[in-house]
Amino acid sequence: MNLGIIRAREANLPQPLNTPEIDKIATLARLRVSPGEAGEVAARISEILGLIDQMRAVDTDGVEPLAHPLDAVQRLRADEVSETDRREELLALAPASRDGLFLVPKVIE
Amino acid sequence: MLHLSVTELAAELSRGAFSSVELTRACLDRIRRRNPQLNAFITVSEESALAEAAGADRARAKGDTRSLLGIPLAHKDIFCTRGLPTTCGSRMLQHFLPPYDAGVVERLREAGAVLLGKTNMDEFAMGSSNETSFFGPVRNPHDPEKVPGGSSGGSAAAVAGGLCPMATGTDTGGSIRQPASFCGITGFKPSYGRVSRWGMIAFASSLDQAGTLTRTAADAALMMQAMAGLDPRDSTSVDRPVEDYVGEPGRSLRGLRVGVPLPHFTGGLGAGVEQGVRAALGELEKAGAELIDIDLPNNHLSVPAYYVVAPAEASANLSRFDGVRYGYRCEDPKDLEDLYTRTRSEGFGDEVKRRILVGTYALSAGYYDAYYIKAQRIRRLIRQDFARAFNEVDVIAGPTSPHVAFAHGAKADPVEMYLEDIFTIAVNLAGLPAISIPAGYDQGLPFGLHIIGPDFSEARVLGIARQFQQLTDWHLQLPRDTHLPRRAREGAS
Repeated sequence: MNLGIIRAREANLPQPLNTPEIDKIATLARLRVSPGEAGEVAARISEILGLIDQMRAVDTDGVEPLAHPLDAVQRLRADEVSETDRREELLALAPASRDGLFLVPKVIE
Repeated sequence: MLHLSVTELAAELSRGAFSSVELTRACLDRIRRRNPQLNAFITVSEESALAEAAGADRARAKGDTRSLLGIPLAHKDIFCTRGLPTTCGSRMLQHFLPPYDAGVVERLREAGAVLLGKTNMDEFAMGSSNETSFFGPVRNPHDPEKVPGGSSGGSAAAVAGGLCPMATGTDTGGSIRQPASFCGITGFKPSYGRVSRWGMIAFASSLDQAGTLTRTAADAALMMQAMAGLDPRDSTSVDRPVEDYVGEPGRSLRGLRVGVPLPHFTGGLGAGVEQGVRAALGELEKAGAELIDIDLPNNHLSVPAYYVVAPAEASANLSRFDGVRYGYRCEDPKDLEDLYTRTRSEGFGDEVKRRILVGTYALSAGYYDAYYIKAQRIRRLIRQDFARAFNEVDVIAGPTSPHVAFAHGAKADPVEMYLEDIFTIAVNLAGLPAISIPAGYDQGLPFGLHIIGPDFSEARVLGIARQFQQLTDWHLQLPRDTHLPRRAREGAS
């Protein structure tokens, strides 16, 4: 899937999303938005983007992005086996499984 | 016994006034009577609860004195419980039976608590009113026409309604504190990393934190003493010693510097709540605290930044629900794409889908810097605001929510709902500990005082809340309800 299909807008100014744009995002998210609800969804999402766009008025040049409140880094652990084999128990949670495998619709013809 | 706090119950159990089986039975009876209206519980596990209670009674007879031994507990349905359905309020996980217990579940079990069942919540914790649950809305025990707040609304309603004395919750943008405020109970959110997130179904991983819903701050301290601490299975769990939350509060109110955040007292704050919160601050002042006006200049940006960071992280976290390994799967998928798309479209509700779409958009090519990175930069500004404030003050205190509980269906517009969390969200973005404690009534409904502390000041925040509750009795006022003996409503100092 080509992520570039959503065209970056010049100047990044907030504009209401249109139905084709909602379709593109929905496809990326593996969600279906029916034609009947696309207008309503686009309107709601556009309102949310309008709220978010208040951020743009703020000068954040030189401010480091904060990804974690304490700027923590990944903790490493010893390279030791910590999980036991629970294959059958975990496979039993799957909607469909057979012979130790998850079943999905045929992918290769 | 249903009106007693956890602290009181522990004392009564220990002196043998009643057994854990009797107490657990009383909770189960009360749930049977009240839950059809309140809808606070999604799953009640009577048989295992009574077996655990009997085990607790046997242990006590042999000299076991664990802090929460035999005390009934409810978990928000976001915590995995081995063999007990864990739905996260979603059709997607309606029939999910976790193969393991969450870290929080293990720790409270180890402390001796008896698990009654799982509480209702906004779907995947996305909501501020508990109206987005697949299992239907929760009602506020103070007035069934009103929402209990969200997303931990089931836990808040269960405690406020006397269905259980303590419950867990999670708080990503206010989901413990706002329902605690709306239901007139005590809700505590620890610092990010203080309590294990292992086995807690992820919403926004850089913000999510587990905490407590109880009647009193002393009860929150008891629960936190059991819950806090390093869990190597959660890579963001913090390796630092857990302070004593239960003993004498280390910090007296005398000389305490309390920051009063100006942005929390302007704009949408209701007159009744403002008056009540100022009176609560007055109580602290009378006890010797010094009130100092402070500014949090970027507070107004917290909701916009949150609605980038949280949906972005949610869109990534919720991509795991694909109908292959566990959870809901659509009927007769025609190919793999159809399996994914239809499973997700049928399994998620509208608000969850909306947030996944916003997050997907914010993370997509061409927008990542303009939205996600920008929001992270603002997140740093918000954290710096707090750091500056804590150079001058010991804690910050204000209203938890702009108003008391609103009517079901009153906020149909998502953006209006998002603004509900205007006083709580910045705390999650900064990773700080905070508590909401009952501070009064407006229009017959309770509201909370919000106390925020610096990083890992759990003991300080809980200690101040405990002292406030020695000066006031708002936390003792239970919903108007014929089944419970009501305590005096008058006489608040």
